[in-house]
Amino acid sequence: MRGVLIDAPVAAPAEQVREAGAALPSGSGAAAPPPADFDPSLPWRRARSVALRPEPFGALVYHFGNRKLSFLKSRTLVAVVETLAEQPSADATLVACGVPDTQLPAYRRALADLARSQMIEERT
Amino acid sequence: MTAVVPQRPTGGRLIDQFEYGLDAPICLTWELTYACNLACAHCLSSSGRRDPRELSTAEAEAVIDELQRMQVFYVNVGGGEPTVRPDFWHLLDYAIGHDVGVKFSTNGVKLDRVRAEQLAATDYVDVQISLDGATAEVNDRVRGTGSYATAVRALENLAEAGMRDFKVSVVVTRENVSQLDEFRALTDRYGAQLRITRLRPSGRGADVWDELHPTQAQQRELYSWLLGNGDRVLTGDSFFHLSAYGEALPGLNLCGAGRVVCLIDPVGDVYACPFAIHETFLAGNVRSPGGFQRVWQSSELFAELRSPQTGGACTKCAHFDACRGGCMAAKFFTGLPLDGPDPECVQGYGENALAARDADLVPPRSHLDHSHTGPVRGQPTLLGMPPVPAKLCDESPLAGLELR
Repeated sequence: MRGVLIDAPVAAPAEQVREAGAALPSGSGAAAPPPADFDPSLPWRRARSVALRPEPFGALVYHFGNRKLSFLKSRTLVAVVETLAEQPSADATLVACGVPDTQLPAYRRALADLARSQMIEERT
Repeated sequence: MTAVVPQRPTGGRLIDQFEYGLDAPICLTWELTYACNLACAHCLSSSGRRDPRELSTAEAEAVIDELQRMQVFYVNVGGGEPTVRPDFWHLLDYAIGHDVGVKFSTNGVKLDRVRAEQLAATDYVDVQISLDGATAEVNDRVRGTGSYATAVRALENLAEAGMRDFKVSVVVTRENVSQLDEFRALTDRYGAQLRITRLRPSGRGADVWDELHPTQAQQRELYSWLLGNGDRVLTGDSFFHLSAYGEALPGLNLCGAGRVVCLIDPVGDVYACPFAIHETFLAGNVRSPGGFQRVWQSSELFAELRSPQTGGACTKCAHFDACRGGCMAAKFFTGLPLDGPDPECVQGYGENALAARDADLVPPRSHLDHSHTGPVRGQPTLLGMPPVPAKLCDESPLAGLELR
C-alpha cells in the first residue's frame, strides 16, 4: 500500500487474495522473471495476457499467466497504460496523456514497476 | 435499512478506497455444493448434505458468463467438497474458457493420478488441499479419521503429476499452531506452498471455537512467526487483527466483506463474505432479475457495508488504524456488537467484551445447516463422539447390523 500511483504486489500471485483483497509479497511461487529493464524511449503496450478493469479509483490489472494483481491508483495512469500501444514510446504516451513535467519521474517509476511485474511489455 | 452511499474520496490510500467498495469483487468465493464426504468439526458452512435447490449446471454457467462480463478475474471455489459435484470438472473448464481463473479447495477425495495429471496440464487453475494438522493425529481429530491420508495421497499425486505451486491450506487452531514449522516442511516436501487462515466461529466452527481458537499467548507466537515467515506463506489476509500488536502484516488489513469480496453459496445466495452465512449478511440471489451484478452493485446491505466505520468503541482505540476492528463474522457469531472489538482482539478488549456478554445471550446461528444427520465414516473425535470405524469391517463384520 505504499505506491503513489500503483499498488503492485509484484511478487505475489493474485491467488493469494482471498478474504480481503490485496496480496502479500511472496518469495516463492511461479519462477520469478528477470527484472525487466524499462526504457521509456521505447514502444510499450499492455501485455497481451493482461486484463484491465476500470474502477472508481483507477483500475485493477490482472496477469492471467503469472496470476499477479496490481492496482492503478490514478485515472491518468489507466489512460497511459491503455494508450501505450498507440504511441511511439512510453514517454510520448505520457505527453499525449497530459502528464505534467513535474510528475513524469513518478509516472516513469510506475511504468517501470508495471514492466517488472510483466503487466506491460515492450513492443517489437 | 436506508442506505446512504457516502461520498468516495479521490486519491489517498488504496485501503480507504476499498472501504467504499468496487464495481466488481476482486475475487469471490463460490461454494459449489453443501455436499461433503467429511464432517469436519469446524466447517464454516455446516456442510454435509447436498441442497436440492443447488444451482444447476446451466445456472452455474450463467454465473460464470456474468463474472466474465464483470471481469472478475478468478474465483475461489469451495463447498462442501466441490469435486463431488458430477459437473465439477466441466464447470472448471467452462470458467477457464471464459477468462475466469479458478482456485479450488478440496479435501483431496477425488484427486487421483488421472485428475492430478489433468490439473497439471491446465493453465489458470490452482488447487488448495485442506489439512488442519501436520500429523494424522492432530488433523484427524478435527477433520475425521482417514482424512490426513486422503490429503497426503492427493499431495503426492499432484507432485508426481508435475503440478506446481499448489497450496496446502491450514486453519490455525489451538492444537496445530505449534506445528507451523512442520507444516512448512511438509509443504516443501511436495513443492507446495503453505497457506494458513484464521478459525472463525462460523457454521459448526461456533461449536468448537471456544475449544479450538488460539490462546492470546499463541496469537502472539503466531504474529511473530508471520513476521518472520510471512513472505513465504499465504494468509488470505485473514490475520489482520494481529496487526494491532504493532507492525502491520503484509497484505490488506481491512475487512473486505461486501467491499472487495463476497460469497455465492450453492443455491445462489450472495453473502457479504464466506464466513457470514446468515440472513443478516444475505444480499440477494443470483437467480433473481439482474443476477449477481445487480446484487453486487445495488444491494442495500452492501451499500451499508461500503462506508468507513465512524462510531463504536474501536474507533477510539489507538490501534484502530492497524486492525480496523477485526473480523465482522467473528464478532457476529460470538454475539459481540459489530462496531466493537474482535473476540480475539490482541489488546484484550475482546476477552473483556466476551466476559461482559449478557449471561442469557444466545449468539446468532445460521438458518442453514446441511450437516450429516447420521454417523459419517471417520467422524472427527474432537467432540468426544465415539469414533465410527473407517470401514465397518475394521471392527466386526456384523457391527451395526440389526439382526432380528
